[in-house]
Amino acid sequence: MVKHTSHPSLRSTGADKVFDVVNGLFLTVIAVVVIYPLVYVVSASFSSPGAVSRGAVILWPVEPSLEGYKAVFKYDTVITGYLNSLFYMGVGTFINLVVTMTAAYALAQRELLGRTAIMVLFTFTLLFSGGIIPFYLVVKNTIGLNNRLDMVIPNAMSVANLIIARTFIQQNLPSDLREAARIDGSDDFYFFFKIALPLSAPIIGVLTVLYAVGHWNSFFYPFIFLSSKELFPLQIVLRNIVLMNEMGVDSYQNVEYAARVAGLNDLLKFSLIVVASLPVLVIYPFVQRYFVKGIMIGSIKG
Amino acid sequence: MHVRNTRRETSFGTLLRRIAGSWQLYVLILPAFLYILIFRYGPMYGLQLAFKSYNVRLGITGSPFVGLEHFRRFLSYYRFGEIFSNTIILGLYKLAVGFPIPILLALSINEVRSPGIKRFLQTVTYAPYFLSVVVVVGIVYQLFSPHYGILTGLIRSLTGKTINIMGTPEAFRHVFVWTDVWQLMGYQAILYLAALSAVPPELYEAAAIDGASKFQRLLHIDIPSLLPTATVLFILEVSRIMDISFEKVILLQTPLNLRVSEVLTTYVYKVGILEGYFDFATAIGLFNSIINLVLVVTMNTIARKWGESSLW
Repeated sequence: MVKHTSHPSLRSTGADKVFDVVNGLFLTVIAVVVIYPLVYVVSASFSSPGAVSRGAVILWPVEPSLEGYKAVFKYDTVITGYLNSLFYMGVGTFINLVVTMTAAYALAQRELLGRTAIMVLFTFTLLFSGGIIPFYLVVKNTIGLNNRLDMVIPNAMSVANLIIARTFIQQNLPSDLREAARIDGSDDFYFFFKIALPLSAPIIGVLTVLYAVGHWNSFFYPFIFLSSKELFPLQIVLRNIVLMNEMGVDSYQNVEYAARVAGLNDLLKFSLIVVASLPVLVIYPFVQRYFVKGIMIGSIKG
Repeated sequence: MHVRNTRRETSFGTLLRRIAGSWQLYVLILPAFLYILIFRYGPMYGLQLAFKSYNVRLGITGSPFVGLEHFRRFLSYYRFGEIFSNTIILGLYKLAVGFPIPILLALSINEVRSPGIKRFLQTVTYAPYFLSVVVVVGIVYQLFSPHYGILTGLIRSLTGKTINIMGTPEAFRHVFVWTDVWQLMGYQAILYLAALSAVPPELYEAAAIDGASKFQRLLHIDIPSLLPTATVLFILEVSRIMDISFEKVILLQTPLNLRVSEVLTTYVYKVGILEGYFDFATAIGLFNSIINLVLVVTMNTIARKWGESSLW
């Protein structure tokens, strides 16, 4: 491909140069538009309360300080929210992996009679659902509202992820392997735990990230199922503080102090946004490769 | 006679033996099966509420049947036109912008020769996909804060006016759609980039030797090679027209922009979960789901007739 230019007739023409310039400009604009809001938020979060309130932050932190972060972690609701989010993410992802991998393994075996019917039954739910209210009623009647289990059971598996996992197992674990293991006297449980799972490490990695990010970012479930503050995950706390301005400034007796706190509250919102996205952004560079692979596998028709 | 009978018994016996022989597989699939049954098909069973007058004491099955009463009531409700058109307009606007931009982005990134820059662009445009909806809306609120928002400042220096974008109904649709593009274009572009990477390089070389400019190669090689992927994604996008992200709308909603921001899903939430009219809200939700399903099936049929790829 690179050799193009050496061939006399392949030297880039004027039109091609214009094309390259336009293309370069377009991509530069896109990159700036995508990155700028992120840089701005991070910079503001490291600035002083005064600089943020004046609107002095444009690109880099102004009067750098950590006051926003100190303030964030003084909020009990933030700490509770963080711990809740970690809990929901950990337990939820574990349940997701168990339910998805066992089903994916079973559905990958030709021996499973009725597997096409089961697959159709599962896949149909991607096209049609009962909608918000019947779903809400099912959860209310089975688990009950305002229960930690609401965050991890009603979304115990994603059919899209199941299809990804099943495709992976079909491609990487030939049925001969299972036949051979069978002849050697190992049953399905043994084969699943001792051979299939270790060989599925790459797909388990992809699923872990997909599910964990989903749990960490989840807003809909806690929004409709949870009402007590002690159970709120970070996303709800974030919404209440950043979008609804619920910061409890009223509780401060001293007026002067309240004014200072109000300035700090502007800054605190930025810091809280950063804190709430930190876990996913930290793992992002490491897992991006797997993630892309996961999407690719998922896009293959199952 | 006797022989045939045994054979039938044997084949039935084989079937049973096969099931019994792989009973462990059924145990392994049981959690997923129960989950789908209870939490995916359970709500579908509950859809009958849409045709009933719900009474908690009598339960879903026992409540009296009222036929299409709820649908009639909703269709004659004075806000019906507003809510319905808000849903459609938001969906179509999102489709019109959100569908072509990732294609454009992928074609554009594909033209970059340096693999390092290519990877950088992908990493950057893909990153917002990982942010939660609350974070994205939170960033928007901060950028447009009437007091210190950087974009509010920009608008002020251009027009001389301080505008509270989040309280401006006219801005709601634009904010909704363009933040969606911001968050999702990199993610969607990946699928197109994968399709482009599958194009054999000889095709470009041959075209170049024939004197095709870069733009012509893009038009005659790249775009046709994207068509199958684009068709499938288009069907999926169309099927989501009615399925506007509930989370994002509810987060961007303010009392001031309700006139344009109330969509079917948010209305269902308010009437059903907040006010407790489960039957009426279920009917509205079903109305929404049926339009959705009809859209997917129709689009898929068109795609199949058209000869390109389809979902099924």
